[in-house]
Amino acid sequence: MGKCDALIIGGSAGSLDVLLRVLPLLNHELSFPIVIVIHRKHGTDSLLPELLSGRTKLIVKEIDEKEEIAAGTIYIAPSDYHTLIEHDHSFSLDYSEKVNYSRPAIDVTFQSAAEIYREKLVCLLLSGSNADGVNGLISVKAWGGTALVQDPASAQVSFMPEQALIHAKIDYTLRIEDMAEFINLLS
Amino acid sequence: MNLELPAINDEQVEVLLADLLENYGYDFTGYSKASIKRRILRLYSLDKALSFAEFRYRINNDNFYFKRFVEQITVNVTEMFRDPSFFKTLRDVVLPKLGTYPFIRIWLAGCSTGEEAYSISIILKELNLLHKSLIYATDLNPVVLEKASLGMFAMSQMKQYSENYILSGGTNEFSSYYTANYSLAKFDDELKSKLIFSTHNLVSDHSFNEFQLILCRNVLIYFDRDLQYKVLRLFDDSLEGLGYLALGTKETLDFSPISPNYKRIPSEKIWRKVS
Repeated sequence: MGKCDALIIGGSAGSLDVLLRVLPLLNHELSFPIVIVIHRKHGTDSLLPELLSGRTKLIVKEIDEKEEIAAGTIYIAPSDYHTLIEHDHSFSLDYSEKVNYSRPAIDVTFQSAAEIYREKLVCLLLSGSNADGVNGLISVKAWGGTALVQDPASAQVSFMPEQALIHAKIDYTLRIEDMAEFINLLS
Repeated sequence: MNLELPAINDEQVEVLLADLLENYGYDFTGYSKASIKRRILRLYSLDKALSFAEFRYRINNDNFYFKRFVEQITVNVTEMFRDPSFFKTLRDVVLPKLGTYPFIRIWLAGCSTGEEAYSISIILKELNLLHKSLIYATDLNPVVLEKASLGMFAMSQMKQYSENYILSGGTNEFSSYYTANYSLAKFDDELKSKLIFSTHNLVSDHSFNEFQLILCRNVLIYFDRDLQYKVLRLFDDSLEGLGYLALGTKETLDFSPISPNYKRIPSEKIWRKVS
């Protein structure tokens, strides 16, 4: 096992383009799961996993509740639920109040995963127009994990990564063209 | 102690859940740990508890606070005609089928503040079935049931609910079902004439009737697998042959012990009991 047990990617406005560029460059055999939490409109489920699975040979699927988390799989958080991680490395879904006007909220998944994976968690916050994910990254650091943000200069909407850089201790700031290599080296 | 780390650890969560069971008879031990811990931490911070010991003492000794605790650690987020396509299938497929029966008994388990109960009443009324229906709307939490029985929801939600209603196949003027009273929309008394609100705890209470339709949406996600299967068996025991069981968008009967007896309506989380 490498230094990473899970990679969680959060993003909002402008993050989809990043994923579409990065996913095709990922190794087809990653030793950890990737969980993607991005804000989107309720009722458009299935579209996002379909879109992303066209860009990679890795398995891409929307999360089912209580599903066991497997390495080498890309999981998409369903719209209109929060995604949490259990101690036995399975997903729980939660239909509680929105956080940062968002459900799924990136903070909820980052915070939940922070405590489970601790120093073997890597979280990456992409482009976006609100500060969801920033508190999550603070928790990730508190538990010893690694916090990454997209280089605000390369972000379509720089607010989200900028807020993270102001408020959290960020380990690395990544340009889009460097993300895939960084992720592949986590294996 | 680092401030960003949670104020309550897993062992302390277990202590609180054991207290609730012992002192109040509420069994949350089969709930998904991640979710319940998050709810407890949220309340701890919301109420600015000074220490775990103080928080625990209050829950165990202050009856008023205990009620707040139960209300806050369970999720009571709901809306009218949530997932309109689901309500469209109820309207177009399920309820017309049940309409051929002389009497329709429906159980809405985990009804929270009642938004779905009134939604179902509206559809039954439009299908001209309300007069021969009874809807048992249950929740473990008496506080939310009191709100539900008032039939009053925030005016600010009505635009969203009206859109949901139309998407679910409703053709009337949605505003004809309520009267605006300042910030509240008061729904017609006729809609609650066939609603029976009552406490029922899915974890500890038994079957109390036989139904032709059981709805339990976004409740099982908070339970661990074992408790989910136990509750599904309770539903199976409470459902007539050829009756329907409806779950939430992300919930499933698949892999459960009762699944061989059920056939799913394509594209919706509704199953029919076939044996």
